[in-house]
Amino acid sequence: MSDMTLREWLLSDAPTSRRQARFASLYKGWLNFRSNTMAMFGLGILVLLVLIAFCAPIVAPHDPYAQDLANRLQPIGTEGHLLGTDSLGRDILSRLIYGSRITLYIVTLVALIAPVAGLLVGTVSGYLGGWADVILMRITDIFLAFPRLVLALAFVAALGAGIENAVLAISLTAWPPYARIARAETLTIRSSDYISAVRLQGAGPFRIITKHIWPLCISSLIVRVTLDMAGIILAAAGLGFLGLGAQPPSPEWGAMISGGRRFILDHWWVATVPGLAIFTVSLAFNLLGDGLRDVLDPKGNSQ
Amino acid sequence: MSMIAIRDLNVWYGAGRDLVNAVRDAALEVTPGESFGLVGESGSGKSTILRAITGLAPNWSGHIEIAGQTLTPGKRDREFYRRVQMVFQDPYASLHPRHTVDQVLGETLHLAGLKGIDKRVSQLLDDVGLGSKFRFRYPHQLSGGQRQRVAIARALAGEPDILLLDEPTSALDVSVQAEILNLLTDLRDEHNLTYLMVSHDLPVISHMCDRLAVMKDGEVLETLTVDALRAMEAQHPYSISLLKASVV
Amino acid sequence: MTLLDVQNLWVKFPTRQGLFEAVRGVSFSLGKERLGIVGESGSGKSMTGRAILRLIRPPGIVEADHITLEGRNLLTLTEKDMRDVRGEKISMVMQDPKFSLNPVMGIGDQIMEAYLVHNRVSKSEAWRRSVEMLEAVSIRDPERVMRAYPHEMSGGMGQRIMIAMMLIPNPQIMIADEPTSALDVTVQRQVLDIMDKLVRERGMGLIFISHDLNLVADFCDRVLIMYAGRIVETCDAGKLHEAKHPYTQGLLNSLPRFDQPRKHLDVLKRDAAWVNAPDEEGAA
Repeated sequence: MSDMTLREWLLSDAPTSRRQARFASLYKGWLNFRSNTMAMFGLGILVLLVLIAFCAPIVAPHDPYAQDLANRLQPIGTEGHLLGTDSLGRDILSRLIYGSRITLYIVTLVALIAPVAGLLVGTVSGYLGGWADVILMRITDIFLAFPRLVLALAFVAALGAGIENAVLAISLTAWPPYARIARAETLTIRSSDYISAVRLQGAGPFRIITKHIWPLCISSLIVRVTLDMAGIILAAAGLGFLGLGAQPPSPEWGAMISGGRRFILDHWWVATVPGLAIFTVSLAFNLLGDGLRDVLDPKGNSQ
Repeated sequence: MSMIAIRDLNVWYGAGRDLVNAVRDAALEVTPGESFGLVGESGSGKSTILRAITGLAPNWSGHIEIAGQTLTPGKRDREFYRRVQMVFQDPYASLHPRHTVDQVLGETLHLAGLKGIDKRVSQLLDDVGLGSKFRFRYPHQLSGGQRQRVAIARALAGEPDILLLDEPTSALDVSVQAEILNLLTDLRDEHNLTYLMVSHDLPVISHMCDRLAVMKDGEVLETLTVDALRAMEAQHPYSISLLKASVV
Repeated sequence: MTLLDVQNLWVKFPTRQGLFEAVRGVSFSLGKERLGIVGESGSGKSMTGRAILRLIRPPGIVEADHITLEGRNLLTLTEKDMRDVRGEKISMVMQDPKFSLNPVMGIGDQIMEAYLVHNRVSKSEAWRRSVEMLEAVSIRDPERVMRAYPHEMSGGMGQRIMIAMMLIPNPQIMIADEPTSALDVTVQRQVLDIMDKLVRERGMGLIFISHDLNLVADFCDRVLIMYAGRIVETCDAGKLHEAKHPYTQGLLNSLPRFDQPRKHLDVLKRDAAWVNAPDEEGAA
């Protein structure tokens, strides 16, 4: 191994340890992903977003909550306020930067809750079949039958406005499609020979679902979640816009648009700038999702 | 005493109007250490018999006995699966695409409740002629023949008495088929295995087996020894036509 | 008479490890005969068949000195001309009829559509001709089959229907890629007999691609044996068992023989030199 470069070690077709096998398959996925320029572009934007959110106090030129009524509604490019100020004279750039934390917070929480719930329901329902399948899928159908934003509105109305409740509401409306995907995948995987083979070793349903079916479902769920992220951000922004998500003075992007709505004709930038931010991040997630689909799709991964 | 005894076996799929009787009143008997072949064309129910024995086809009636123990429809316990194992037809479909050889064999040994997994994995790989350099590969890094060797190693992990072979070489090239068949011949000698082998390929069955049963449309038409087959002593007209089509 | 002449055919695919050469300089010519191409998986036999019809999609690369059909080099034709060639001059039968027939269209409609593409006739005439076609491939109840859907057909029937469709434009050459591998042995015979009869009656050239040595030896006139993208040996089908190349001999010996029982089968020992051996001249 000494006369081998790291790259050769990773690309070897004959790994000699568990570690090498795992790293090698990750590295090959990365090489595949890297060849997709658009996906790399999306990933770049998101990495940048995470960095900005992480270093918000250092990057932001002003306090996002500091009001300065004398300087309200300054246009883009004003001295000291690169993206102008809003109706209370707060620096829009700083608010955007701090708002990225809220966006990431929402995105992360939803991405942790909804697909996991969907995976659980979908694989159990698909693998067990019979009554369990009927009951779980009818519940899923009920959730699917509601328009997403309306159901989220109902939840928020019941639980009270606020970021956590908005996340919960979005998650509760977002899991059914994942359950459907996971179930469909499970149905094809369930009848395959390798599942029969592990059943013949005496493995029980719990082991089969968690160790054999999940690893194959997860990749398509990751892709789907990434592609849905744009929708989730928009839903969160929508709730914010309606005043049911983040509460003022919190610099949530949707709430910022809502706040700028009143001035949209004379001071267009107040609503447009956070809108552009939502657009950019949503687009980045979509590009990333497309790239991930090429890498993670088990069917196209034979080479 | 026979290793596998099957009497009046009926297996069906579906229900009502879609009911398909895959096997009808089948009977066969395999003695310990014997290699028994089931020959037939697609849809003749030969693989279904294997699936009924292993519990993969849950709807059956009749009598199946493994080493003196009568089986019931429904779940089999781990003790049964340590005793009876199966090798599937398509090595491209019978290995989990995201598991390395090491994971596949390690899990099998763990489920069989065996100790010293690390050493046993190397031993199994040596037994099937792969060697430890294949241990950490994923299925897509293996050829068809190598995959089938892994599948055989997996079947052997729990040290079974009976190996059910479902067309183990029909997806492979002839030169690889020869290697796998030789391996199966050697393993039977070394581990004292009893084989029940299913194939549509009469020359392969006659190479591997001592006795065979000819099946068509879910029924066992006749059971005869391979020597009798070679001597062209098959009685049933269908067996004779199959024989003619196979021997060019 | 030479129908098709292939000279120095290469098929390459770019991969991360560099260019993968699936076919490496294959030359042969086809007359009014049944030519078998035999090899194991990965030997490039199917790629050769597809390359002749220019069915290899980018990023795959096809290169050849020439692939000549009736004095025209297929490699220089436009895609539009090539479509005519595919239908009318050369047709192809694939391995599994299940994937070649449209599952949501009636069989009759599919055959008639194929017929109407090549002939300007009325619908009733097309129907009559289609029924004749099905009769020609020994389908007993053609009127019923015309009204059926692909899923109602067995594998053998499906393959006969495919052959019938391929024969409609009266092609000069038929390329059959493992046409009987998905079929049961007793049905295999029947399908082969039908193909044999049609090729003889119409004076067609047949390229029969298969992994099954004995089948090819029995059915074809001449056999090309491919290994690692090259033709390692060409011989008369009847004399296949006297083949000289160690690879061919190895393949033959690794088959279980019904009449010669033995404990172990011979295992093919691959020689690295075969890969680089010069291409056997395959011209008739």
